This record gives sequence, C-alpha cells and structure tokens, in this order.
Amino acid sequence: MLRALIGDRAVVMVAALVLAGAIGVAFANQSLPPTHELHASVFAVGLIGKYLCFALLALAIDLVWGYAGILSLGHGVFWGLGGYAMGMHLMRLIGPRGVYGHPVLPDFMVFLNWTELPWYWRGFDQAWFALLMVVLVPSVLAFVFGWLAFRSRVTGVYLSIITQALTYATMLAFFRNDMGFGGNNGLTDFRELFGFSLRDDGTRVGLMLASAVAVVLGLILCRLIVASRFGKVLIAVRDAESRVRFLGYRPEAYKLAALVVSAALAGIAGALYVPQVGIINPSEFAPTFSIEAVIWVAVGGRGTLAGAVLGAVLVNALKSWFTTAMPDLWLFALGGLFILVTLLMPKGVLGLVSALPTAFSRRGVIAERPA
Amino acid sequence: MTEAAVLPSGALADPPQAPTLLYLDGITVTFDGFRALDSLSLILAPGELRAVIGPNGAGKTTMMDVITGKTRPDAGRALFRDEHDLTRLDEAAIAELGIGRKFQKPTVFETQTVWDNVLLALAGDRRARRAFRFGETAEERERIEQVLTTVRLLEHRHRLAGGLSHGQKQWLEIAMLLAQDPELLLVDEPVAGMTDAETEQTAELLVAINRDHSVIVVEHDMHFVRALGCKVTCLHEGRVLAEGSIDRVSNDPRVIEVYLGR
Repeated sequence: MLRALIGDRAVVMVAALVLAGAIGVAFANQSLPPTHELHASVFAVGLIGKYLCFALLALAIDLVWGYAGILSLGHGVFWGLGGYAMGMHLMRLIGPRGVYGHPVLPDFMVFLNWTELPWYWRGFDQAWFALLMVVLVPSVLAFVFGWLAFRSRVTGVYLSIITQALTYATMLAFFRNDMGFGGNNGLTDFRELFGFSLRDDGTRVGLMLASAVAVVLGLILCRLIVASRFGKVLIAVRDAESRVRFLGYRPEAYKLAALVVSAALAGIAGALYVPQVGIINPSEFAPTFSIEAVIWVAVGGRGTLAGAVLGAVLVNALKSWFTTAMPDLWLFALGGLFILVTLLMPKGVLGLVSALPTAFSRRGVIAERPA
Repeated sequence: MTEAAVLPSGALADPPQAPTLLYLDGITVTFDGFRALDSLSLILAPGELRAVIGPNGAGKTTMMDVITGKTRPDAGRALFRDEHDLTRLDEAAIAELGIGRKFQKPTVFETQTVWDNVLLALAGDRRARRAFRFGETAEERERIEQVLTTVRLLEHRHRLAGGLSHGQKQWLEIAMLLAQDPELLLVDEPVAGMTDAETEQTAELLVAINRDHSVIVVEHDMHFVRALGCKVTCLHEGRVLAEGSIDRVSNDPRVIEVYLGR
C-alpha cells in the first residue's frame, strides 16, 4: 500500500509542494513584519486558499474524468452543495447578531417575513451535523444520479450534457427565493467558524492551511484508489467498457463508487471555499464554472492527479493576473489556452514536464513495475 | 472427444439427450427487419472444440453476441449447462457463469501493462467493494506467470499492452481468457492479420486450451480451421447450412456454392 502510494513521483512532489507552499505563505504572513519584502498579505493568503479549494475540485474531477472516463461538466453542483451546507452552518452561527436581530432566523428569512426556520435548516447550528451534510448531500446526489445514469448505460457526450443540465437546473432552483437558500444573493455576512472570527488574519491562515491539508489528503486518497485493483478496473472501464463487462465486472458499480467519492471531495472543496470568500450564491452552480474546472484538469494533465492540482493553481493564478491586467481578454485567453493544450499538449503541463528528462534518453514504452 | 460429440445435422429439432454444455434453441435476431439469426439451433457438447465458418453476414458474430448477452434475441433460448437461459442474463452474469469471449478486433486494455491485463482477467471476486486491494497474492502471481508463459508473453509482462504487435495482442487476449478460466471460450477470428507462423502457433494453442476448456472458434481461414481438426459448423443467412467434419463440410455442394466456391 505504501509502495502504491509513493509509486507516482509527480503526486508525491506536488503534495510536498502544496504543503511546503502553504506553510511558507502562512509563515510569511504571520511571522514576517509587513515591511519585509517577502511578507504575504492577507489578500495573498486568501488567494492561495481559494486556489487550493479549486485544486481539490480539480482533483475530484480528474478522478472521474481521468480514470473512469466520466466527463462531468457539472461538478459545480457537488461543489456548490458542499458550499451551501457550510454556508448554512455559518448563517446559523450568526445567531442574534444579524441586521434584524432575530434570535434564530437568518436575515433573508426575516426579510421574506418568514416566522419559523424551514425543516431543512434544522441541525445546521451543530458543526458535526453541518460537516456531515457537506459530505453527505453531494454524495447522495451523486449516488442517485450515477445509479440512474450508469444503470441505463448513459455514457460519453450524453452523460456530459446531463451533468451540465443537472447543475444548471440546480442553479435555477437556488435562484428562487422561496427555496429558502437566500435566492440570488445567497448566504453571506458570516461571522465565525468553530469559535474563530472569520475576520481574524489567523483564521484566514488556518483555513488556507486546512485547504492545503485537504488537497494533500485528497491526493493520497485518489492515489490509493487509482493504484488499487479498483483503480485498474476503473481505467479498464475508461478504455474499453464493454470488454470489462465480458470479463464479468459490472462497470456501473465501479463508476458509481468513483463518482460518489469524487462528489464528496468536491463538496469538501466547496465547504472550504465558502468561509474563505465569505459568500455562497447560485453562481457556483453556473455551467461555465463547471466547464472551467474541467479546463484546469485538461491544462494540468488529465488522468495524472498531480496535474489536476497544478492545472487548477496555474490557470487560476493566470486568471487573477489577467482579470486585473486585461479583464476583457481573460475569456479569450482561457479559450485559447484550452485549444492550445488540446492540440499541442494532450497530457497537459505535467506531460510536458515529465517528457523533459526522457526526451534526452529514450522514448520509453516500459511502464513502472506493477506494484 | 470431438468425434463422439458429432451428431448428424438435422437432428437438432428435438432437445438433446446427451449432456450438453450449450444448447441454442431457435434463436432469432432481427435488426431493422434484417434477420441476422433465423431460428438458429446449435449444440455443443462439454469439452468440445467447434469451428464456425460462413460468409460475411452469416450471423457468426451475432451468435457470439447472443451467447455473451450483448444482444437479446427476439425469440429462442440459449441454455448453458442445461439450466441457465443466457438470454435472460447480462454480460457480467454470463461471464461469471463461465463464458469468456475474445473479440474479432483484439481488445486489450492498452494503457495498462501486459501483467495488469491478465490480472484484471484473473478469476476471482469481481465486486467493486472487494476491489480495494493492492498488488497480488502469491497464488495470483503464479497463475499470471503460468498463463503468460503459455502464450509466450512472459518477457513482455512490464510492457504496455498498447505497445504490443497485432499478433501479440491477440495472444494477450487469449491469455486473458485463460486467466478468466471459463468453461466455454468464444474466440472470434483469432488469426485475422496474423502471419502464417503465428497462425500455426495459434492453432496449436487453441488445441492445447481445448484440453481443459470447451471452445467455439469463428474463423475464415480454412487452413487454420483444418489445423484445428475439429467439427465444423457452416452458417449461412442466420441458419446452420452444414455441420460435420471439415472434409464433409468443405465438400458439401451448398457450402461450396455460398462460401468456398468463389
């Protein structure tokens, strides 16, 4: 098991890079004086934290797209639901400190003249319940969706379109005020989490570090999954699904398990994201966001895990730069990048990096020894 | 074995009395009005090696599809070991019963090693919740080595299957069938695209495999079929045209007319 874990050098290196980078930024923010030239601002900490959440989402997508051949164009739905579960907890923690000062009801409900808490908001004042829901709600949705889709043998572009419709429909539903999730404003004005004020620099650093740990744990989990017998079957399903059936496997069970794990990871990523950006609204379910997330994976290198993390951070760093320097050009740049990667770098940035050493030696067809 | 199992053709209308491994009973498959199989009946005895020949469109591959659950027939039964009706089961259940299949176009898992390809095929628990395991047991390792030795691919075990030559892929697929250890092997055009030497080796291999398994081979190559030295069934327009020894079938005037003559 340990051998399987460290068998992929890129994964080990990216995990180490994520941890070292996050600790470095935390140190640069907390221990270096603001006048120091290497001091990291709270803004930078928040930015890195966001990138890490995106990286976890990309990892979740890579598990199903890169290894099971399920091109989900709707992973935003799992991400958003995890985010909403966290947002509901943060809303409940505001308590009587809201603008309207109601002891239980969040501001938007008072505004809508609601008198009592809807049943599905119960329990979210408890941290354990909210954290359970962060994982459970996306997983259950993935299970039901996957069970129906895979059992009916919906694959390829049809499946992608349905995932896209799923997140779009969810977005429309969450836009409605009477759904009870704050309509198009979403949930915001959060105060604290686990007793720590979200306005404290220390809390921001803690959340960023927690995101880094989540990415590393996600990498470990995904690596173990793809290196196990389960992962070998999954890859076989990706490459020749009907052949796998004739060997006596039921691909739908494998795909379903992978999708549920992936949805849970996406939900956790969304839940870590919300307290760091201070808001969750239905735009997280927007189809374009889910497609962008797929592009991160493609840019980093599909089916490599490490590439998904790299791609998410690289593309989003590029986006941050572009949207301040030349905001009008960002979407063109993103589209261009996607075309460029698809045409010239089918294995993404990671493929390019790992091709460098072998380009000078031999073009190897010999794979690593089966672990 | 094969001689004892020879039944006079035309005796297929009644349910068979002798023990049978596979009994296709009046199988009809229609695709958009085209009858791919037209109440096809066929009996395979346990341990038999059978070659199925016939012109393109005769229904050979469709017959394989029905037996393995890929295609549901419009009518008819396909009894396996006299008790399981294959037309009611899905692909995975049929594979679990002990029917393995090699496709016309070699279908191996190209991005995985030769070793892992055989590992995936190895008989064992197929359930997803039991698959979170690493490496293989000593028993499994021994079995994989044995199977890879049989098909002469042991030295290529660390290579990616996608990097093998066409003939090697065919053998890898046969190795996967062996690892799966089914009671009945369905082999679709195993020597297509092979050199003469490879064809000969493949015929020897199938005869060797037949010592422990029942085999149905679909093939166009008459030299290959002759080398198998087994009972031959010739299909035409979804029905059995002739059945018997290779000499008998190849001298049948109807077979010569529709298939061999040109």
